[in-house]
Amino acid sequence: MEHVQEAQQFERKLNGRLMMNKVSKGIFFLSTLFGLVVLAVLLYRVLSEGIAYINWNFLTGKLSTNPERAGIMGAILGTFWLMIVVAPVTMFLGVATAIYLEMYAKKNKFTEFIQTNIANLAGVPSIVYGILGLTVFVRAMDLGNIVLAGGLTMSLLILPIVIVASQEALRAVPKFLEEGSLGMGATKWQTIRAVVLPVALPGILTGAILALSRAIGETAPLVVIGIPALLIPFPGSIFDKFTVLPMQIYYWTLDSSLVAEYANLAAATIIVLLVALLVLNSSAIIIRNKFTKRF
Amino acid sequence: MTQVIERTEAVKLRVMENAQWNKPVYETNGLNLWYGTSHALKNIDLTIHEKEVTAIIGPSGCGKSTYLKTLNRMVELAGNVSISGNVTFQGDNILDRSMPVEMLRSKVGMVFQKPNPFPKSIYENVAFGPKIHGIKNRAILDQVVENSLKKAALWDEVKDRLHENAYGLSGGQQQRLCIARALAVEPEVILMDEPTSALDPVSTNKVEELIKEIKNDVTIVIVTHNMQQAARISDRTAFFLNGEVIEYDRTSTIFNEPADQLTYDYINGRFG
Repeated sequence: MEHVQEAQQFERKLNGRLMMNKVSKGIFFLSTLFGLVVLAVLLYRVLSEGIAYINWNFLTGKLSTNPERAGIMGAILGTFWLMIVVAPVTMFLGVATAIYLEMYAKKNKFTEFIQTNIANLAGVPSIVYGILGLTVFVRAMDLGNIVLAGGLTMSLLILPIVIVASQEALRAVPKFLEEGSLGMGATKWQTIRAVVLPVALPGILTGAILALSRAIGETAPLVVIGIPALLIPFPGSIFDKFTVLPMQIYYWTLDSSLVAEYANLAAATIIVLLVALLVLNSSAIIIRNKFTKRF
Repeated sequence: MTQVIERTEAVKLRVMENAQWNKPVYETNGLNLWYGTSHALKNIDLTIHEKEVTAIIGPSGCGKSTYLKTLNRMVELAGNVSISGNVTFQGDNILDRSMPVEMLRSKVGMVFQKPNPFPKSIYENVAFGPKIHGIKNRAILDQVVENSLKKAALWDEVKDRLHENAYGLSGGQQQRLCIARALAVEPEVILMDEPTSALDPVSTNKVEELIKEIKNDVTIVIVTHNMQQAARISDRTAFFLNGEVIEYDRTSTIFNEPADQLTYDYINGRFG
């Protein structure tokens, strides 16, 4: 008799558990769906508004107030020159800082403090970096709102990300490889260069590329620096004035109340920007999957 | 009377033999080492002789690996290490820091518990040491790689795939590659930290044969958990316990007629 009761109770409880199992699965699925649906709607809107405006003339043309003739070559070149500044500056400073913190610095309260600050800097709003760039590079160093000033500002913005990613990549290099090299009589620097860095490189590159793609999409710091609006000549070096793709999107969206077609041009520019980001992020994933060594 | 004379002569001969053949390489006097506040090595006195295999045995945590790593100052990597006493290598005190560790380690190679080849080709692994010490000439490097791999009894197995990644080798081959890598800089001493503990019996046997082979050229200090291994390959054995050297003697003496009861108990598996 008791056994029957126990069995019934078990069954009732089991049904409850199975029900809960289904419900939780549903909640997680719907949460995922929410993000996907929003993304799909966004993509649909952007594509339907902008795709018709993408043509050779749009990609290679100069800016113009006439939407029929307007092109984004200036912004593409601006983004390109910006990266010419940002990529080497952040790669060098970021990797060097990470190497110092991981391989040389003694672990004490002070380095811990620095470490915490770097992690926090990664979370500082980008507009704050813009104000810093405006004060230091544009005004104090009197560079003006040229590519170099914008690039250095952008570098500051993504530097913490590159440092943290590089540190993680360096930390993931097994200690026994380092010991093997030091045990051969290699100096610390020889060990880093010949053994540690090659193993950490895929991780460092992945982090750096993802950080760069963040820099390509950033607008706020450049707004603060005062990147000029429309109609400037193509930038030809890092000392020229410039605009970038997200700035272009920003200005066209602002002015779309004046000329309705500007909204379509903004959408078309978004598509170009998204494609660029997609290419960058995919290359990061490819590097990570293909070159990361496992032990 | 003549008997006594004969015996003294024999002892003299043995002493002379010892003096002649077993020049000290390392001399340790009153070595103490602390990790933070934990006293890991206590008053170690030990002499390691040239072109012999010296085994260091003892239970886990007895300080045998710590002592081994003191001999090439790798122990300092742990950080928070303080050392007192003297360790001389070929007459130079290695603890007074006038000798760069890079110099010391180019003369004293190390083979680790877990095979740790670099994620590079077999060739690059062996050429690593010569390269960091400044040899760039390809022909010389080729020769060094071939000789070292031959000494490590690995050449025949890998000569057709020198430029393939070292991680394609089996664990035993990887360990012999690490020995070849150490041999490539022609060290005076090779320190081995339980080199076969991660290997299967066949690979272990090959590494042991190799040790017997290369001891004609280099002095070997080997830390091992495996007492049979110490008995098989070493000339002298030091028994460590709780950071102290309990007994140090010829291996046959340690295993057949140890002077200390603790040594006797340990080698007969009473503890550890």
